[in-house]
Amino acid sequence: MDVDGGESSSSDSISVRSIPIHSRQSEDFLYKFKQQNIPACKPVLTPAWVIATLLLLGFFFIPIGLVTLRTSRGVVEIVDRYDADCVPEAFKGNKVSYIKDTSVPKNCTLVLKVHKHMKAPIYVYYQLDNYYQNHRRYVKSRSDQQLLHGLKYNDTSSCKPEESNNGLPIVPCGLIAWSLFNDTYKFIRGTAELRINRKNIAWKSDRNHKFGKHVYPFNFQSGTLIGGGKLDPNVPLGDQEDLIVWMRTAALPSFRKLYGRIEEDLDADDVILVHLMNNYNTYSFGGKKKLVISTSSWLGGKNDFLGVAYIFVGSSAIILALFFLLLHVKNPRPYGDTAYLSWNRKGISS
Amino acid sequence: MKRFVYINDDESPTQELYCDNRISNRKYTLLNFLPKNLWEQFSRFMNQYFLLIACLQLWSLITPVNPASTWGPLIFIFAVSATKEAWDDYNRYLSDKKANEKEVWVVRKGIKKHIQAQDIHVGNIVWLRENDEVPCDLVLIGTSDPQGLCYVETAALDGETDLKTRVIPSACMGIDSELLHKIKGVVECPNPDKDIRRFDANLRLFPPFIDNDVCPLTIKNTILQSCYLRNTEWVCGVAVYTGNETKLGMSRGVPEPKLTAMDAMIDKLTGAIFVFQIVVVIVLGIAGNVWKDTEARKKWYVLYPNEGPWYELLVIPLRFELLCSIMIPISIKVSLDLVKSLYAKFIDWDAEMIDYETGCPSHATNTAISEDLGQVEYILTDKTGTLTENKMVFRRCCISGIFYGNESGNALKDAQLLNAVASGSTDVIRFLTVMAICNTVIPVQSKTGAILYKAQSQDEDALVQAAAKLHMVLFNRSGNILETRYNASVFHYEVLETLEFTSDRKRMSVVVRDCQNGKIILLSKGADEAILPYAAAGQQTRTFSEAVEQYAQLGLRTLCLAWRELKEDEYHEWYLMFREASSTLVDREWRIAEVCQRLEHDLEVLGVTAIEDRLQDGVPETIETLRKAGINFWMLTGDKQNTAIQIALSCNFISPEPKGQLLLIDGKTEDEVSRSFERVLLTMRITTSEPKDVAFVVDGWALEILLKHYRKAFTELAILSRTAICCRVTPSQKAQLVELLKSCDYRTLAIGDGGNDVRMIQQAAIGVGISGREGLQAARAADYSIGKFRFLKRLILVHGRYSYNRTAFLSQYSFYKSLLICFIQIFFSFISGVSGTSLFNSVSLMAYNVFYTSIPVLVSVLDKDLSEEMVMQHPQILFYCQAGRLLNPSTFAGWFGRSLFHAIVVFIISINAYAYEKSEMEEVAMMALSGCIWLQAFVVTLETNSFTILQHLAIWGNLIAFYVINWIVSSIPSSGMYTIMFRLCRQPTYWITVFLIVAAGMGPILALKYFRYTYRPSKINTLQQAERLGGPILSLGNIEPQPRSLEKEVSPLSITQPKNRSLVYEPLLSDSPNTRRSLGSGTPFDFFQSQSRSSSSSYSRNCKDN
Repeated sequence: MDVDGGESSSSDSISVRSIPIHSRQSEDFLYKFKQQNIPACKPVLTPAWVIATLLLLGFFFIPIGLVTLRTSRGVVEIVDRYDADCVPEAFKGNKVSYIKDTSVPKNCTLVLKVHKHMKAPIYVYYQLDNYYQNHRRYVKSRSDQQLLHGLKYNDTSSCKPEESNNGLPIVPCGLIAWSLFNDTYKFIRGTAELRINRKNIAWKSDRNHKFGKHVYPFNFQSGTLIGGGKLDPNVPLGDQEDLIVWMRTAALPSFRKLYGRIEEDLDADDVILVHLMNNYNTYSFGGKKKLVISTSSWLGGKNDFLGVAYIFVGSSAIILALFFLLLHVKNPRPYGDTAYLSWNRKGISS
Repeated sequence: MKRFVYINDDESPTQELYCDNRISNRKYTLLNFLPKNLWEQFSRFMNQYFLLIACLQLWSLITPVNPASTWGPLIFIFAVSATKEAWDDYNRYLSDKKANEKEVWVVRKGIKKHIQAQDIHVGNIVWLRENDEVPCDLVLIGTSDPQGLCYVETAALDGETDLKTRVIPSACMGIDSELLHKIKGVVECPNPDKDIRRFDANLRLFPPFIDNDVCPLTIKNTILQSCYLRNTEWVCGVAVYTGNETKLGMSRGVPEPKLTAMDAMIDKLTGAIFVFQIVVVIVLGIAGNVWKDTEARKKWYVLYPNEGPWYELLVIPLRFELLCSIMIPISIKVSLDLVKSLYAKFIDWDAEMIDYETGCPSHATNTAISEDLGQVEYILTDKTGTLTENKMVFRRCCISGIFYGNESGNALKDAQLLNAVASGSTDVIRFLTVMAICNTVIPVQSKTGAILYKAQSQDEDALVQAAAKLHMVLFNRSGNILETRYNASVFHYEVLETLEFTSDRKRMSVVVRDCQNGKIILLSKGADEAILPYAAAGQQTRTFSEAVEQYAQLGLRTLCLAWRELKEDEYHEWYLMFREASSTLVDREWRIAEVCQRLEHDLEVLGVTAIEDRLQDGVPETIETLRKAGINFWMLTGDKQNTAIQIALSCNFISPEPKGQLLLIDGKTEDEVSRSFERVLLTMRITTSEPKDVAFVVDGWALEILLKHYRKAFTELAILSRTAICCRVTPSQKAQLVELLKSCDYRTLAIGDGGNDVRMIQQAAIGVGISGREGLQAARAADYSIGKFRFLKRLILVHGRYSYNRTAFLSQYSFYKSLLICFIQIFFSFISGVSGTSLFNSVSLMAYNVFYTSIPVLVSVLDKDLSEEMVMQHPQILFYCQAGRLLNPSTFAGWFGRSLFHAIVVFIISINAYAYEKSEMEEVAMMALSGCIWLQAFVVTLETNSFTILQHLAIWGNLIAFYVINWIVSSIPSSGMYTIMFRLCRQPTYWITVFLIVAAGMGPILALKYFRYTYRPSKINTLQQAERLGGPILSLGNIEPQPRSLEKEVSPLSITQPKNRSLVYEPLLSDSPNTRRSLGSGTPFDFFQSQSRSSSSSYSRNCKDN
């Protein structure tokens, strides 16, 4: 950036000893401010500067993009959509009645094949698509105060329409809690059950500060309309990690939530059986349910977007830089030539 | 309707009936402040809108965020505006108070008392001393003069600087001054009006004073408020109109709140955004309802009831309305008010605009209209005291063919002349005698022995002063006897007759008898065309006309002096005729002129004097620079035509032939005027295509006719003509002219110094008052008061221009950032089931508008796109402001597009980088918000032209503050975003995403800006480049092989401009005509200055080069 320093600040103040330099400087500054005369640097968009910036941008972004992409590609991820497959043949035509019929057994088995070695910890997510946790009616229907203080907190009007049942308040109230996801998964590798750690899946801050340690579910899912999962009334909310995870609403209609962690490595070509209880109703609105098993990197899960975007932006910058360079070489513009000012141009021509 | 004023009657009911003499320019009182101010604030559309939004937010069903996020800023904004108004009003109160509390002598209960001016009541007898300002309109009842005369200076009222005589009514003649305060009577006068030339009233005195019939009163019997009493020891008069009901007060008019063109544009854009918002709301509302009915009902977890309340259909649109309400930035008004007061402060503080002669700094009374200064298209200026210093000085003379004062520029110091005087050469002595006695000057011997001259005309004063300095001292005038002293000898002259000056005769003469030898002499002085043709046969007048020519070229006011000895019988013969003519009733003036003509012939021309009506310093340069900047000048003066033209010539206002051309509109009758007008209009139409400086000259009388009958055609003329001189115009005509230009949608600036300019100043978009010799009337009423005319240049080119540029950036940026966040909300609604969910939480939304994005942009008040010197060198650059190139729908469209683009970048990147397991709502929201804030910082950086330390502090400090604030909020367990910001900052993904957003958002902007800047530079860009790459531009004026280099040699005391210097005049940027009023052509980004030629308007004055 070409910079000219503007008015050079006066340095003769040093010679004056009697006045403290500090106050003199600030007075000086105030005066300059009042005269709109504070020394200023005035950057110019010179070709060199702009081209260098763009090139630099490119040279930084492409490597970062490559690293990011590589990291993302290094993540091993198994995604299996099971909502359609788990519906018995008889109910294929009417999935909603299947899910609503409590008499039909909901268990279902998936076979997952590990195609690449997966290093522990391996995260187990459930993914819901076309599920609007961010719908206004839904996202507002909760009471943070009640989650923390339980029945002591009475004003649950924000929880509408799930604030009370039979005249008694519901804890935890609101649509979010009411629609708690309740599919369960059991993993079997070979013959032995693969242990899933379901502790510490929720944020610690939520467990300690957002959900009460002494708040127990009350009057929950006891109405005529049963939403999602039920809660153990003997476990305080602060320990109901599935609920806590669920209540961290997702911003996108397609989201993953942590179910648990597998704390041992999975080898390539391992076959894993998943016994799951297909309880949660996504059929009535055409949502999808997926089971995701994924390793993690320093960037999180598998997501190529950043890497691709970085490479794209980086290469665009370099192309732009080259374009400008070419333009500059072929068509150099005299900078700041006042002859280009029309009032001068006219003066010359006439 | 009549008003009866009972003189000196303390018990009369009139005391209560009419207002006291309190002058009040205040808008509010303590009691009505709150309701009136609130009412005024709510009459603004924006405020009504915000109030509506705030009220809607109280309905929790539809509010996306906490109502406090609107109420807080709203209340804050109202408080700020109200405080400002209150402060302004308080200052008005203070200045009124100063005038009101001036002490005057008034008769109360028969005793003279010293009271404050505001306590004068109608009917009171007011005593004034010499040089007092008249506190209210008075009917004279007594003066110190035995003949009942007094002199007043009415400059503050009508701008005429000569003294006017006023006379006491005949009924009061001869009343002993001791009895004056016992006088009783009644004045029957019309209700207050603003006509300063009419006062049709009657006076009747009560016994014991002469109980004669009703005595008629005219304007001659009054002295009006704001006049000054001169040359009269004392007068006393009856107050008939007081306070705001005086003639001056009535003509002052009610000041209307002024709205800058920029405010109007911002309002317009706000309106456009409002419409856009309504469209968005309707579309999204419908989409939302459709989605609700088709999709949301299937979503069991949303639990939509089957039967909703009646207003169900409205809920989603209203939610979107609230969600989109941030589209119109609530902070813009506060920000603008804030920066505007700072602009005003900068004007107040400006050390270069302090008048060091009087120590009077510039002052911005109206803090709201600085931007308009940068958009001025017409300047209407008063002459006396505004362009000139209102001081006449004798500079040169030519006596019998010898030029004095040519070398030094000051004849009084010319050794040759001093020698001639000392040696007593006859011609010189005669010349000095004419200078000393051919006038109506009254010498007054002060106590110290020095002689003071009281002159009705400044010219005469200058001549007498000069004569005195050349040892010909006029030291006494008693009755008809004049006494002069030359060296040690005293001469006596008896004035036989005074042949008065009229503007037709253009000369005045006196006939005196020389008491030494009894000879009768005619002494004449006058304009060259009124003297030289009447020179005695055989006398060579060529030198004189050459002298006149030469002096006129120098811009000096010339007078030719002549004399002739009369024979006794010739005089007596003439005297009889003169007497007869003086007493005729019909065509008296003409008859007298004719008779005078008979005497004023065969004159012996003695010489030529040259008087400088000194222009203020820097006036010609100022006018030249401002005209180069594309500003048109009109001179409106109450003065005579010749004087006006002469001044106009000397200050670059008009160019002399052949470059310039003056078109006179005159005539005595309506027909004459209309014929002359049509001729002028025709000429004007033809000459506009030529690079010629054409100006028209019109006088008050013709103007009256034109405005009445030919308003439309005159408007056309006004638009065609870049320069005009209007002389002998009344204050209300001045205001009418301003009105006329305003009605053509021009932004006008009126500058004046006297009370006669007050109406014009108030009428104009910007009023500038010069706090000069004519009092502070104008300065008090004006939006800006400056000490000298030359500060106008700086006021417009520096302060006005910067203000405009800064506000243009600030306002558009405000919209940009509001739109940015609003677009993100709108995009988010597409992935949240069009249900009107807010992505951002209340705290973020409130802080975003009020805090995060307001601070960095506020420091743009320090931004300077070009240095002051550069602007002064290239005043043409003002065109960008005048034409509104920096803030108009197309630049706005650029910002709109930019906000859309940035919103897309932020949104797409945020939701893709934070997809799947990371898609937690608060995190995504903070990610998007961080993206916005980072982009803000870089947008401000890119758009800032000059970085001072404060800018760096504000931009980067703000970025840091954003994190600090969010960390603080994130550490409060009860807040919704507890731990979120810490979490994000620990994630590498967050930082990678932030940089991606910055690069993807700013890269294209930078590239585009660079491209425009380098390959399609605007004039501003070119100058910026020149300025920052240093040097060559400074020598531009010398490099150019142009006659314009002549212009550069403007000497500081620049009345000395060669007449034939060619004024290369560039109207406006020639390659971009007429964009000034048609702002339609759209270009994608704001720095794409619209270069397109839009359809030429019917008044193609600005395309002279086509």
